[in-house]
Amino acid sequence: MTQAEIKLCSLLLQEHFGEIVEKIGVHLIRTGSQPLRVIAHDTGTSLDQVKKALCVLIQHNLVIYQVHKRGVVEYEAQCNRVLRMLRYPRYIYTAKTLYSDTGELIVEELLLNGKMTMSAVVKKVADRLTETMEDGKTMDYAEVSNTFVRLVDTHFVQRCPLVPATENSDTGPPPPAPTLVINEKDMYLVPKLSLIGKGKRRRSSDEDATGEPKAKRPKQSTDNKEPIPDDGIYWQANLDRFHQHFRDQAIVSAVANRMDQTSSEIVRTMLRMSEVTTPSGAPFTQPLSSNEIFRSLPVGYNISKQVLDQYLTLLADDPVSFFFSFFCYLHKALGSLATATLESVVQERFGSRCARIFRLVLQKKHLEQKQVEDFAMIPAKEAKDMLYKMLSENFISLQEIPKTPDHAPSRTFYLYTVNILSAARMLLHRCYKSVANLIERRQFETKENKRLLEKSQRVEAIIASMQATGAEEAQLQEIEEMITAPERQQLETLKRNVNKLDACEIQVDETIFLLESYIESTMKRQ
Amino acid sequence: MAGNKGRGRAAYTFNIEAVGFSRGDKLPDVVLKPPPLFPDTDYKPVPLKTGESEDYVLALKQELRETVKRMPYFVETPEEKQDIERYSKRYMKVYKEEWIPDWRRLPRELMPRKKCKKGAKSKKAEDAGKGPSLTNPVDVLKKIEELEKKGEGEKSDEENEEKEGGKEKSKEGDDDEEDDAAEQEEYDEEEQEEENDYINSYFEDGDDFGADSDDNMDEATY
Repeated sequence: MTQAEIKLCSLLLQEHFGEIVEKIGVHLIRTGSQPLRVIAHDTGTSLDQVKKALCVLIQHNLVIYQVHKRGVVEYEAQCNRVLRMLRYPRYIYTAKTLYSDTGELIVEELLLNGKMTMSAVVKKVADRLTETMEDGKTMDYAEVSNTFVRLVDTHFVQRCPLVPATENSDTGPPPPAPTLVINEKDMYLVPKLSLIGKGKRRRSSDEDATGEPKAKRPKQSTDNKEPIPDDGIYWQANLDRFHQHFRDQAIVSAVANRMDQTSSEIVRTMLRMSEVTTPSGAPFTQPLSSNEIFRSLPVGYNISKQVLDQYLTLLADDPVSFFFSFFCYLHKALGSLATATLESVVQERFGSRCARIFRLVLQKKHLEQKQVEDFAMIPAKEAKDMLYKMLSENFISLQEIPKTPDHAPSRTFYLYTVNILSAARMLLHRCYKSVANLIERRQFETKENKRLLEKSQRVEAIIASMQATGAEEAQLQEIEEMITAPERQQLETLKRNVNKLDACEIQVDETIFLLESYIESTMKRQ
Repeated sequence: MAGNKGRGRAAYTFNIEAVGFSRGDKLPDVVLKPPPLFPDTDYKPVPLKTGESEDYVLALKQELRETVKRMPYFVETPEEKQDIERYSKRYMKVYKEEWIPDWRRLPRELMPRKKCKKGAKSKKAEDAGKGPSLTNPVDVLKKIEELEKKGEGEKSDEENEEKEGGKEKSKEGDDDEEDDAAEQEEYDEEEQEEENDYINSYFEDGDDFGADSDDNMDEATY
């Protein structure tokens, strides 16, 4: 794990789970697999806190455990999974676009809690939806269950590995840790539940009003009087499936940019048809016949079979394309997307001329310096300057081809080339660094203005409570004036900056996704 | 071979023209310090994408950030004891749901050790033998050690029965005992130093009880 990745993981863990969990998590990422006592000793935290932190991390699928011989249990962190936490909003938004609010809330609950039983999810989501509905209306459990089942059918939600049924626990002592197993077939098997009920609305007396003593509120009694029918069957969000969806989206929009709307629709249909049949790591989709595609086109598109055939040939013949007679060569698609990202980064950082040189070298694979100047039609001095700038940033690399065995510099060819994989890795590393910087800056900005933020929150709370109890306009005005005009300005600026930084994080994450997918796909092929 | 330093004259081993400097040109200065922290960029960055979906995702992100702070998974750092205990702090504690993990899915060693039994035992033993409030700490320690040995005896029998893990496990078990005992010793000493007439077992129920009794006390002193 690179330093940049570790730093980013540390920031993400801290934001989501607090400092103790962050300390334990980062320690595990750095040192690899370790048993409980060693963790406590090395980090200097008390055993209780380490235990709690590990429970939280395991619940969220960020740490796994393994039983070694002699009963020692070792814990290992999954750094990649920690980095996914950056992408949570995107997953939730995707669920919303596909399955509307119900789906959105289901995925949100699953991501926030790591893993949950189906009944727990359904109950919580129904309650939350009921809150937002008008008075008197409630959300039925059945509707939420239906959406849940649909999510499972399309593989967006999957089962967690199970504890194997204990055969006979009297022979020998129970193992120090259960070994969790999952059968491929069972992953999407929904238990037969009859969840009957409606969402409950929270009583208004229970609502938090700041300033009121909360410590005296009685703990909510767990109404688990009846045994939960699906006890022990936990579900989690299937992030790979979401990634597949993002990848398809990227391909479709790329095709739409290059050609027109209709061809992108055709591509979308092709991809959707092979969604569930293509395993996640496959380099290309299943081949489809044009008849199948024709039948599966969405209803609104009245194009004849011949027009469809024309489009397909067009897609296949395009030299830059990644279609070969009715199946989509996914690896090449990712490669193109990654390359496009690299090109645009070069363009934005170094200018359009540099981008021209970059594209040239990409196309011709290997070029000598003189050739670069000739082909790009850029004066020698500028060309050299740009090449060296790109070289120093590792977008371009140098390949030596010696003429003589002694590698004398005056008798060696130096060829410029673009190694996409290493350039992609370099760019990915930079992305991680930028996101870490963005988060730090955002935290810094918030900390600087902490006093002001707290003041404005207090004022808002006071206004809210006064409005609830029916106050006069003049009184409200008075309270609002507690925040002076320059302070208001400061708050505005802060809000704008924080929003901007957040938006940057989200968009850098999109680039991270493309590059990661490409690198993963390339590594699989080797 | 070609490129010998000919008689004190500097000659480069490669064709200098290829790099871009003609003969006799002044070479650029050697850079002696690290590059600046915020270098000027020639090109401004591309503006961010804006749109409805981007706004929604942004709102989601910010909401998520707030929500995770209130979840039971967010483990608060225990604050150090402040010199003056603020009255208001007791009433500003945020209400958080307790989360109990499914212990069937986790290794057994992650379960918090049940210290309450031992604590109650040793406390009761002390109360029984507590005449003057400031008993000798040495006596207390002795009592605790006796109890520890009793407890250890029971536990070590259990451990000998377990076949797997043999030595390592029992070592772990012993270490745990010592940790617990050490922590309890400190705890008990603190209790002893609190000079009050209240028997400690009264306030085992938790903060609520304590708070109520304080209020009553204030009113009762006429």
